[in-house]
Amino acid sequence: MIHPHGGRLVNRMVSGEEREGLAREAPDLPAVALNQRELADLEMIATGAMSPLEGFMGGADYRSVIDSMRLANGLVWAIPVVLSAKTEEHKTLTRGDRVSLLDDAGRALAVMDVADRYEADHDYEAQMVLRTNDEAHPGVQYLQSISPVYLGGTIHMIRHPEHKDFARYRLEPKETRVLFATKGWNRVAAFQTRNPIHRAHEYLQKCALEVCDGLLIHPLVGETKSDDIPADVRMRCYEELMERYYPKDRVVLSVFPAAMRYAGPREAIFHALVRKNYGCTHFIVGRDHAGVGSYYGTYDAHAIFGEFEPQEIDITPLFFDHAFYCRTCGNMATTKTCPHGKEDHVFLSGTKVREMLAAGELPPVEFTRPEVAKLLAESSR
Amino acid sequence: MPHDPSQMVTLKIPRPLYERLTQLIEGTGFRSVTEFATYVLRDLASHPTSQREAEAAAGERMTEAEVEAARERLRELGYL
Repeated sequence: MIHPHGGRLVNRMVSGEEREGLAREAPDLPAVALNQRELADLEMIATGAMSPLEGFMGGADYRSVIDSMRLANGLVWAIPVVLSAKTEEHKTLTRGDRVSLLDDAGRALAVMDVADRYEADHDYEAQMVLRTNDEAHPGVQYLQSISPVYLGGTIHMIRHPEHKDFARYRLEPKETRVLFATKGWNRVAAFQTRNPIHRAHEYLQKCALEVCDGLLIHPLVGETKSDDIPADVRMRCYEELMERYYPKDRVVLSVFPAAMRYAGPREAIFHALVRKNYGCTHFIVGRDHAGVGSYYGTYDAHAIFGEFEPQEIDITPLFFDHAFYCRTCGNMATTKTCPHGKEDHVFLSGTKVREMLAAGELPPVEFTRPEVAKLLAESSR
Repeated sequence: MPHDPSQMVTLKIPRPLYERLTQLIEGTGFRSVTEFATYVLRDLASHPTSQREAEAAAGERMTEAEVEAARERLRELGYL
């Protein structure tokens, strides 16, 4: 089994007397109400999905990640995982203080030992991580919505967040690792998406499955921008396809709780490292991975892997070019495998698909399976 | 691999070791002792190094009971 990033799977869930003690202590501590991204991060830290992180980043890790895509100890890590102050009281917290971390219903989910309070430079963070300061970028908008005062420290998770959706698809890294081991899968490819599944995605997944023992389809169900297709619709599309077109004994569908950062290349590194923690050995990186608008080059998310030694990332990226159905070839292909021109290719942009659905038209079968087209059409009414 | 000079520092090693490493990397694909040393040190740094960390890692391996509990949940959810 592939090692988690940093060598061990972090577990910040506490139990027994420790949990009881912290649960008693939490109501008397200064409270920090987490936003949706922070809640998702908290859960992923606690369950080891973000190994080796044991809490929200302190200033040294934050600055190192922004400047060099490495934690202060040198391990590759491309995305800041931070907790923003919410009140004036939070801005006075110092090392040694403890805070309780609350969900949106006011329940204390965790206690954090404050190790650092520091001032972020949001302009610099945006430029380095998102490669833009454009206020139209959803990641820039997020930074503008939070305080630049960040709190860092180790967490102690006393209860899981209450999820009302996808309960049967929520697996922790330790569970996917047991699952893959039990199935005898040595080579497992992970597929990340925040979009509905089209034939091109299916093609990439099945190409990966040709060279691996198993496939983890891991749709992101954390916070996305408002015009993305809702996660429940995307999941229904996956369920339909899994039932009809995928080999059940070789494919696992589970949800990825993270929020989207829309950080393109850096987020591709993050997505790959996290899937290593889930026990995957390979990670599919398609065109414009985790991109938005035209902020990133089509294959920037491929190129960024070249900035590291392969053993530093460890999980193997599977790079795929732009995929489509070619009428002349009569099959799915990519620009690497098809010699024909664009006039032979069936490919629709997300905008075009939305326009078709709004007009009551279904995308062609060469682009989207009819079952998926039907579900998308129903959800767009 | 990035080579921004402002992000690089100098490490000193004994000359005999340097010369030995120069011989060692011949024909391996490493273009310099620096590249080889960076490779080895990064590999070392990416795994638990101290006794404490090694013990912690061992302690956090799942027990048989935990593995069976995970399998039970996976069975309940239909994954196994």
